[in-house]
Amino acid sequence: MFRTAAELVEMAEKDNIAISEVMIRQEMEVKDKTREEIFAEMEKNLQVMENAIEEALEGVESVTGLTGGDAVLIQNYMREKTPLSGNLLMDAVSKAMGTNEVNAAMGTICATPTAGSAGCVPGTLFAVKNQLNPTREQMIRYLFTAGAFGFVTANNAFISGAAGGCQAEVGSAGAMASAAIVEMAGGTPQQSADAFAITLKNMLGLVCDPVAGLVEVPCVKRNAAGSSLAIVSADMALAGVKSRIPCDEVIGAMYRIGKQMPTSLRETGEGGLADTPTGRLLKEKIFGMSV
Amino acid sequence: MKYNSVFDIIGPVMIGPSSSHTAGAARIGKAARNLFGKEPQWARIHLYESFAKTYKGHGTDFALAGGLLGFETDDTRMSQALELAEKKGLEIEFIEDSAKADHPNTARLIIGDGSDQLELVGISIGGGKVEITELNGFELRLSGNHPAILIMHNDRFGAIASVTEILAKYEINIGHMEVNRKDVGKEALMVIEVDQNVKDSILKELENASHIIQIAKIAN
Repeated sequence: MFRTAAELVEMAEKDNIAISEVMIRQEMEVKDKTREEIFAEMEKNLQVMENAIEEALEGVESVTGLTGGDAVLIQNYMREKTPLSGNLLMDAVSKAMGTNEVNAAMGTICATPTAGSAGCVPGTLFAVKNQLNPTREQMIRYLFTAGAFGFVTANNAFISGAAGGCQAEVGSAGAMASAAIVEMAGGTPQQSADAFAITLKNMLGLVCDPVAGLVEVPCVKRNAAGSSLAIVSADMALAGVKSRIPCDEVIGAMYRIGKQMPTSLRETGEGGLADTPTGRLLKEKIFGMSV
Repeated sequence: MKYNSVFDIIGPVMIGPSSSHTAGAARIGKAARNLFGKEPQWARIHLYESFAKTYKGHGTDFALAGGLLGFETDDTRMSQALELAEKKGLEIEFIEDSAKADHPNTARLIIGDGSDQLELVGISIGGGKVEITELNGFELRLSGNHPAILIMHNDRFGAIASVTEILAKYEINIGHMEVNRKDVGKEALMVIEVDQNVKDSILKELENASHIIQIAKIAN
């Protein structure tokens, strides 16, 4: 069983297999299940992700009305204009935000690794898919690769905003997506680790400050940041850019930063954006109308 | 290690909006119901720290209710669970507790009906994963990664042997075992994590073993 990213990469390199394959073999052993059973279970998760994106692109709105509809706005913009950051990037942003719009509207999603950060992995997957044309198996493997790095992060640091701030949620999710994109694009296990490290480094210190304590503002848009950064980091790693600080040390830094974060910035809805004049006003409005 | 499966990370499939505050809360509620062994008629739920501050926005209240009604994390009735509980005659009171807790997402559930009562503390550690840290005043650490049997028994010699003998007879392997007692000769709790699911017929046999008071099972 691997405990660190370094061990994960080493196991992949030693047997000359992909990160996803290391994760699949470990899961078969831990759960005492066949490859087919594990693939079938992950296929179900993939289907839920696909359905959530489809639902989002038809347009959703949360009970409070704070979020919803932005995924559609971006798709319309992409049809009518040429996005400055490119179609693939904006497609990922739209689908990542859309997944979280469905989540905020209490729809069905797959937590990756959490619900608040559920957009990054599927958003990027269903965007890069249009350029890389993966098989269904490769799409399922994408989730195993993302899961392998998330597994290391969850066991060595944390993945919840209440424990470690948004860096632990969207930071982890975006970084997991980076690693998975690299594998799907044909990069090496070490490049996956570098891409993961680069994304997480750029998310360090991000606090969890949801307005009115709801997984809406700023959570939906933070998934836009996580998914776009995931693609940029993956491209950097594929170009040969390395992380000067090794992946495991970045995870360690994320853990220590999270430990130093005050409670008000860890999913209590008390500090940061929640404590702005508008944030406070929205909270009053929402709970005044008894949601 | 806290997380041992890729499906702890990619999953669960759930109704939004929060994996720790909604999916995790539902799982804590369901664990309490499973251990109680029947649908409770009332519940007093203490919420601490992040759970206490944000439970309304995150739907932690309806998720806990859903769990008590036996819902899985992806049950589409989840957001109506409070109304459904009321219809079924399950009275639930939420208490925002300002006491310090070891984990930011902690809930203490005291549930019961006319004859029985159960008290459980659960923590939601992230991504929908939960741990039960206390049961009826006994500290415990249940990962939920394996099926487990919880056995309330009298602290007497032979009580443990009578249980392990039955498990051995059915070739059930014990992966992890803990025994806690409140005082010498008083009520005690055995927590046994096993490698395979234990059939109800075996539980019945365990219940009839010497010095056993009550048995509950948590399936994987």
